[in-house]
Amino acid sequence: MAVAFDEMNGTDGGLRPAYGELSRWLAEVPPDVLDYRRREAEVLFRRIGITFAVYGEADAQERLIPFDVLPRILAAPEWDMLRAGLEQRIRAINQYIHDVYHRREILKAGIVPEDLVFQNPVFRPEMNGQKVPHDIYVHIGGIDIVRVDAETFYVLEDNARTPSGVSYMLENREIMLRLFPELFARHRVAPVENYPDELLATLKSVAPATSSADPTVVLLTPGVYNSAYYEHSFLADKLGVELVEGRDLFIKDEVVFMRTTQGPKRVDVIYRRIDDDFLDPLAFRPDSALGVPGLMSAYQAGNVTLANAVGTGIADDKAVYSYMPAIVKFYLGEEPILKNVPTWRCREEEHLSYVLDHLEELVVKEVHGSGGYGMLIGPKADKATIAAFRAKLKSNPRNFIAQPTLALSTCPTCVDEGVAPRHVDLRPFVLTGRDRIRIVPGGLTRVALKRGSLVVNSSQGGGTKDTWVLDH
Amino acid sequence: MLSRTADNLYWLARYVERAEYLARILEVTQRLTTLPLAYVGSSNEWESAVATAGCAHAFAATYPEANEETVTDFLCFSTANPSSIRNCFEIARTNARAVRTALTVEMWDAINGTWLELKRFGNGPTSREEFMRFLRWVQESSLRFDGSAYRTMLRNDAYWFSRLGIYIERADNTARILDVKYHMLLPAHERVGGPLDYFQWAAILRSVSALTAYHWVYRESVKPWLIADLLILRDEMPRSLASCYENLVDYLDHIARAYGRQGPAQHQARNVRARLENSRMEEIFQRGLHEFIGEFIDSNNRLGAAITEQYLM
Repeated sequence: MAVAFDEMNGTDGGLRPAYGELSRWLAEVPPDVLDYRRREAEVLFRRIGITFAVYGEADAQERLIPFDVLPRILAAPEWDMLRAGLEQRIRAINQYIHDVYHRREILKAGIVPEDLVFQNPVFRPEMNGQKVPHDIYVHIGGIDIVRVDAETFYVLEDNARTPSGVSYMLENREIMLRLFPELFARHRVAPVENYPDELLATLKSVAPATSSADPTVVLLTPGVYNSAYYEHSFLADKLGVELVEGRDLFIKDEVVFMRTTQGPKRVDVIYRRIDDDFLDPLAFRPDSALGVPGLMSAYQAGNVTLANAVGTGIADDKAVYSYMPAIVKFYLGEEPILKNVPTWRCREEEHLSYVLDHLEELVVKEVHGSGGYGMLIGPKADKATIAAFRAKLKSNPRNFIAQPTLALSTCPTCVDEGVAPRHVDLRPFVLTGRDRIRIVPGGLTRVALKRGSLVVNSSQGGGTKDTWVLDH
Repeated sequence: MLSRTADNLYWLARYVERAEYLARILEVTQRLTTLPLAYVGSSNEWESAVATAGCAHAFAATYPEANEETVTDFLCFSTANPSSIRNCFEIARTNARAVRTALTVEMWDAINGTWLELKRFGNGPTSREEFMRFLRWVQESSLRFDGSAYRTMLRNDAYWFSRLGIYIERADNTARILDVKYHMLLPAHERVGGPLDYFQWAAILRSVSALTAYHWVYRESVKPWLIADLLILRDEMPRSLASCYENLVDYLDHIARAYGRQGPAQHQARNVRARLENSRMEEIFQRGLHEFIGEFIDSNNRLGAAITEQYLM
């Protein structure tokens, strides 16, 4: 595996300009001050963390996500490129979903195989021919991005259903502004605090045609026992909209109402943080107590907008991911600005033979798998494991994709031994409304706090950082 | 606002108020039981405490006998009693958590802090001293929550619904004390009871934190009919039925004005208030204190139901 690219020092130790001020500051600031701030941040987060914690009940303490006080910094041109790439990708994703549920030109052209769509459990036949306001399906997208060198960013995953984590992006910035005013004074950091405003504007812009001039927006949560409940209540509070549960809503004559102290009030836009399966027990899982009976009928009648739309899973499925560059080209006639991680689809003969020849250097994944199950990490596997996997792969190649093991970029991070490089990824949040696409500069940076680890998931020792985009 | 949110705020306030009331009843009971029998008579004060708390039936189903240990456990720490102090705080916090965004940070800190601290007391106090500290702490927690609400909440429907919860609960509590102890307050009783009853009367006043207030209002020694007057008809006494209804009418009017609509709850509250305003103590005694209180408790429950139906569901 190649030496990882460090976002402060590159690969050759030469200081990169975006990190100039941070590097000088790190050299000036006494180690105990940094340590003190680090502990102070922990106290502040623990206080907020109490609110995180109470929702998680007994195991609350474990569920606190560690915060690293050193910001991850992106220079303006880097962000400009990312932003253009994100906009392009989300436009293509929206057109692709619309196409899949309408004319299906991409399937007819043989670019995406039909079985990947129609046999996919996240495909929603209810959405066939269904009109959604302004043909927008993914109003809130979270695109996971990794970096491997100065120029190359890869999209690791598209999240087109109910991406989470934006509350961390906002809280991280608030804590940093409190703890490091002098560091902000030495930089021109683009703000992120307008995210809730942008989100509200986005949601209002996609209200159904039948709604009033000032549409009513609500945030639908599965309830207090959901692990992301804190984020739901945080966002509802910042948006200034009601945080509703399924039981607060009801349907009458295919219109959605919420029960208020002043009687039923019409709801026009639902920012839902509930999966498709649980939205409406009459249309999907009949055992769901979280949803609203009849919601799909109101949705199909065009009287309410769901954000995100139903059936968007068809765009963020792992099996579909590898077709994303072709999807961008097909709909937009443009070269994708953001690359995919090179992916071999074992369903194709040429790809399969390459994969079989290079098993010891590749990561091989099941297309419908998740959480790292049924996966081969070639460089870390012994001969017997590889041989066993080879047999499995040969018997059902359609079920697998393969990717190279990536050397994710690193950022300086405060750890017990001092400041050291740790691997990071980035999840920017892309908002698509009727009028335009809005992206606040930055996103959520996740960092693998263990030395050498590439796993940024909070469940496995991952933390978060504030993400700074330097202004021009 | 969402009916569920209003409902949660209303019950959050009710449960905190109820916890405080239970703590005060227990404090008074504890005090009475330490007096020599010659001063308070031979009645079972623990039984009376359970009755005043309004859960005599549930208690009898759980314990064979009312004594210090069983009553303390049932009213404070029992998980089987839905209205034990522990459950009051549990439910209050569950409600608070569900409407986190409708609360101010100070209110959330108060109720969440109380809930966290409750664990410190475990399954019961290890000594009488600790028990007294517990009861003080419950009252302080309630004061802290109420004070946070009073000082930090916006004066809008969220605030008004939480106030309605407090006053419905408070009216019910005061009425229940009167319901259980009414026989001590009948004018005829003084002649038969004599000085023996002084401590019982003082206990009634203490349980609504009105012993000092009594002296300021009447400037004379404790007389049973004056206690009844103070707890039922005096506007200036914060836990009197009259004061509770003055507030209920006021907050219901705020809501009606904001929503541009009156309803059954407003009418019901005004009727009860008019009844209290037009009553004289002599007349209440003549027609029967016990009947009067019984009717009041029913009317108060009807108002609770009307509020629920009109706004909370």
